[in-house]
Amino acid sequence: MNKNTPLIFERSRKDRIAYSLPKSDVPTYAIPDELKREGKAELPEVSELDVIRHYTELSRRNHGVDNGFYPLGSCTMKYNPKLHEDVARLSGFAHIHPYQPQETVQGALKMLAELQKYLAEITGMEQVTLQPAAGAHGEWTGLMMIRAYHESRGDFKRTKVIIPDSAHGTNPASATVAGLETITIPSDEHGLVSIEHLRQVLGEDTAALMLTNPNTLGLFEREIIEIANLVHQAGGMLYYDGANANAILGISRPGDMGFDVVHLNLHKTFTTPHGGGGPGAGPVGVKNALVPFLPSPIIEQNEDGTYHLKDGLLQSIGRVKSYYGNFGILVRAYTYIRTMGSDGLKKVSENAVLHANYLLASLAEAYDVPYKGYCMHEFVFSGKRQKEQGVRTLDIAKRLLDFGIHPPTIYFPLIVEESMMIEPTETESKETLDQFIDVMLQIAKEIEHEPELVQDAPHTTVVKRLDEVRAARKPVLRWRKED
Amino acid sequence: MKYRYLPTTDQDRQEMLEKIGVRSIEELFSDIPSQIRLKRSYQLPEPLAEFSLMKHMKQLANMNQSLEDYTSFLGAGVYQHHIPSVVGHIISRSEFYTAYTPYQPEISQGELQAIFEFQTMIAELTGMEVANSSMYDGATALAEAANVAAAVTKQKKILISGALHPESREVLQTQAKGFGLQLIDIPLVDEVTNLEILRKSIDDQTAAVIVQFPNFYGSLETFADLAELIHQHKGLFIVQANPMALAIIEPPGAWGADIVVGDAQPFGIPTSYGGPHCGFFTTTKKLMRKIPGRIVGQTVDEDGNRGYVLTLQAREQHIRRDKATSNICSNQALNALAAAVYMSTFGKEGLQQVAKLNYDKAHYAAERLTSIPGVSLVNQSPFFHEFVIHFSKPAAAICRDLLSKKIFAGFDLGKIDLTRNHQLLVAVTEVRTKAEIDQFAVALEGVL
Repeated sequence: MNKNTPLIFERSRKDRIAYSLPKSDVPTYAIPDELKREGKAELPEVSELDVIRHYTELSRRNHGVDNGFYPLGSCTMKYNPKLHEDVARLSGFAHIHPYQPQETVQGALKMLAELQKYLAEITGMEQVTLQPAAGAHGEWTGLMMIRAYHESRGDFKRTKVIIPDSAHGTNPASATVAGLETITIPSDEHGLVSIEHLRQVLGEDTAALMLTNPNTLGLFEREIIEIANLVHQAGGMLYYDGANANAILGISRPGDMGFDVVHLNLHKTFTTPHGGGGPGAGPVGVKNALVPFLPSPIIEQNEDGTYHLKDGLLQSIGRVKSYYGNFGILVRAYTYIRTMGSDGLKKVSENAVLHANYLLASLAEAYDVPYKGYCMHEFVFSGKRQKEQGVRTLDIAKRLLDFGIHPPTIYFPLIVEESMMIEPTETESKETLDQFIDVMLQIAKEIEHEPELVQDAPHTTVVKRLDEVRAARKPVLRWRKED
Repeated sequence: MKYRYLPTTDQDRQEMLEKIGVRSIEELFSDIPSQIRLKRSYQLPEPLAEFSLMKHMKQLANMNQSLEDYTSFLGAGVYQHHIPSVVGHIISRSEFYTAYTPYQPEISQGELQAIFEFQTMIAELTGMEVANSSMYDGATALAEAANVAAAVTKQKKILISGALHPESREVLQTQAKGFGLQLIDIPLVDEVTNLEILRKSIDDQTAAVIVQFPNFYGSLETFADLAELIHQHKGLFIVQANPMALAIIEPPGAWGADIVVGDAQPFGIPTSYGGPHCGFFTTTKKLMRKIPGRIVGQTVDEDGNRGYVLTLQAREQHIRRDKATSNICSNQALNALAAAVYMSTFGKEGLQQVAKLNYDKAHYAAERLTSIPGVSLVNQSPFFHEFVIHFSKPAAAICRDLLSKKIFAGFDLGKIDLTRNHQLLVAVTEVRTKAEIDQFAVALEGVL
């Protein structure tokens, strides 16, 4: 493969085209001079084959789940079923307009209403909004509802959101964007919420505690019942970050654990593709107390069995996104739930947890395990021992690239030195897991005997390690035509 | 029951359990207190095989009347354009759509380069210096822009044109609560911003002025030296724009905008009942380090080869946590790719041609429809591919009557403003033929 792929602009040759347009069947109308664009946007001029070759070449320089193992912790890189792609492209789903009369989109509304119901059942919540476009968007939506709830009771002093130090960065950022302040609490020696610290910070200013359960170390918060009681006694709400929901399907519901608000990442647990960064969807479920604050609109069934879009109630936080959420993603998640049913979803989590524990048990001698015990659907290693041998976690990650394996999430969670967060998912076969084990053991040996092989990795990729410092210091964020 | 997405056999399970040193999977869940274990099945429909499920999904889809079955003049922020065949083929390449955010650049050069090209194209069209890799949609991109303005100017007052998309206005309202922004609505004259009132409202507390281009009613407003006035008061000029129009109309970058946001949906992204679409965010070099979301930058590898990485990450939530001014993580990358393929396909000449075709068809339609007695054009300003017509009857009744003729007549403005309930917002893109426009006119005559 070429070391350098030309930019599409560099392939451009004047007078080539890749489009076809019908001959105009209407008169030409002049654009007023004062509005006319001066000069053309510098877009490429290429043939259709040029477009195809260019993007095909780019695709070959990209690794997806379909290319190979992708144990990226907390991202749940499971298989994205092909059926879902076909379904989302059906004309009756792909080519409907958000402002069509509601009687012409009854199939879409029925699907959405059923999905709301399914997700409420899966999370143990009263109602679900499908509006949020992503997990972080869901977090912010949930926190805005919590804030509105407290304020509706005349309680304006509840401005603090308690967040463990193992949480995703989006948690504190979402709190800030919702106008709330973050209190970070340290994890205890088992990697769990420190009840002692929690007691100290809970009080009349507590708006909510945000928890990921299992947490980002892949550990289930065993004291969740007590945690929920403490938060509720203090008058706060309990927020469930669903990033790790792949561990609990059919096993335990956030609503039953005591959570008041839940978001799910449909692009993680419910197989919708990550798309190179998105689009995803982050539906939010709430218990009764928060239902009046749900964003607009909600889909409801009429008495005659038809469906309609209902504006938010008087106390609604308002609209969080245009139209009705990432509909095309919601269709895919719906299809997945209809494929798996209750039994299938439970097997998803059982296998996800089995696979993670199998990797953990098979690699625990070669890599340090900061928190002992069984894990849930993912676990965290520390590369401390390897660091002492002069090889960093970053190097291990880069060495994995030579074997066609996407590395784990690295340097997160922040509380583990040289961390590697590994999430195999349920859709990988034992052979794939065994191959990963072999590769990780081989790399551990290389670190002892030939560390430079790992330090200099990757050796087989289209580019070597890239200079990120230079990228940030002298930003080149676009191509420009040379004069 | 066996599932095609779950490859682990009974024997695999046994071998894994032995390695782990437990007898059953159940033991692995021993940390979960029994009081909170789910002791029943979910109440969900029974699993369906692929064949049966496809049939079910087709039934649901067929309960909807698609834009392919009806002749549609609906727009109001979401537009039906032809999507070249190549777009679907490229974004169906699973190396793109089954990848995550490109955290490991050595094996993500394809995605990174494609986004770098997207950033270039969007910046070119808006006339701005830099762009990010995408936002959820136009409305959330606008709300983020308002937050950036407040952070940069340390002011809270946001002046908003009354011709902004009502859903964008609502999203702004929701988001404004977070940072305590004060939103002030500027009224309209006819269907455009009252510039006199707007100019008088700008003061040293103004964080930003927000306008839409073309505005919600389709009009192309001109803002003369508005940017200068805003800048004199150290505020930012934010424009929500339709990128299709900018191919042939002078873009906001040329008239002093500081941030241009919008939705790239017109570029190869299906209407899909309103999402997923593709918000974009463009700005000046000066504000480059305030941009929300992911940005791709060019650099070199150890051998000096050109390559691309996610950059300026010190802005983002995973680094700044509670100090971040945006919480965005996932974006709409695959749709940004679709938009990039669309822009590559139409290119420098083609995008101008398709935009002009939109312009011409809409102007023909406006001429044809307003030749009907009792139908008049509301727009007093030039428009791009969307305009407002007024009838003596409520627009809702007309929409209903035309629906039976398989025509989506447009967006009934009475839904957002009761004083406009005799007005219809009509969008005409390149996919409408003269014959369809004429049929629309004839049908309209029949129901007036």
